Amino acid sequence: MFGYEFYLDPSRCIGCQSCLKACEECETHRGVSMINFDFIDRPDGIATAAYVCFHCEDPTCAQVCPADAIKSDEDGVVQSALKPRCIGCANCVLACPFGIPKLVPEYEQMMKCDMCYDRTSIGKRPMCATVCPSQALAYVKPEEMAAMRRDKPVNTFYFGEQKIVTKVYMMAPAERDSVSVDVVDYTWEQEDAYAV
Amino acid sequence: MQSKSTPPPLWREEFSVFKNDERYVSRRQLTKFLTLTSMAMFVGNIWILIRAKLHGKAAPLPVSPVAKLGEIPVGGVKLFQYPQAGEQCILVRTGEDAYVAYSQKCTHLSCSVFYSQESRDLVCPCHEGHFSIRDGSVLQGPPTRPLPAVTLERRGDQLIAIGMTNTGAD
Repeated sequence: MFGYEFYLDPSRCIGCQSCLKACEECETHRGVSMINFDFIDRPDGIATAAYVCFHCEDPTCAQVCPADAIKSDEDGVVQSALKPRCIGCANCVLACPFGIPKLVPEYEQMMKCDMCYDRTSIGKRPMCATVCPSQALAYVKPEEMAAMRRDKPVNTFYFGEQKIVTKVYMMAPAERDSVSVDVVDYTWEQEDAYAV
Repeated sequence: MQSKSTPPPLWREEFSVFKNDERYVSRRQLTKFLTLTSMAMFVGNIWILIRAKLHGKAAPLPVSPVAKLGEIPVGGVKLFQYPQAGEQCILVRTGEDAYVAYSQKCTHLSCSVFYSQESRDLVCPCHEGHFSIRDGSVLQGPPTRPLPAVTLERRGDQLIAIGMTNTGAD
């Protein structure tokens, strides 16, 4: 939109959580943050990662929605569930390979990052990208990104056999064209090494 | 996820996840449809009204014999077709010298009415509509219009149908 693209670089995240606070400020969902914020390996490190919705070209969350509540608009932005339609079944929460949608029990509705559609659709930057001090969440033009970073933006992901092309880019090592996630390996948990 | 070999099902096309491909009827489309349909009905009604005014009254109904006097007992009925074949009517002998005849087609949903000896009125069995035997007016039930009545005339020992009233055209 307006020549800007969203770039995620979890390696730059410093865990300040400014994005969460900025997202909460948004008047369309005040008080509820749509950022997915993770501590990567909390017992062993301080690494954090903040994610927004990747806005898939063929959104799995919308494909599995039985109420036809999730829509991808003409800009390729996958919107939050439509309030009159969402039945709060959480199919999307379970189906999204990135784990983005959140079921908000108070509203019985799925809510997710809509890339600050009220802002980006008129040429403004999303709230999170405006406040991120390390630009782990960046909303810039592709040529600016290429000038600033050595990493390569990729928007193709493999989850097992499911190929997903997204609107949001992830910064990956320069030799990579895609990001693959071995789902089985990812879901495996080792013996509880930190049991008290 | 759809595999590439099978085409997407129809419901997926109609309820696409992409806003641009949706096939919903929008509020504006529905309003437009309703407005145009109402206008068409209004114009149609005006046309019917004008045509009725221009053509004036319809041709008089035929005169046709219905029954002989004394052919049916008191309280008995005879079915006949008037003013043309297929238009079922019912003749009831309500007294020694009293005969009435009505169209048998209920004005609600066109079921055939019958004469009830017990309640002494014309009853439509479909929705419990009752019509008065005296003038065909609605006594109870869903019908709102009275039964069309056949005007009878006595000529010698013959009962003759000479016209109809309450048909909605008069």
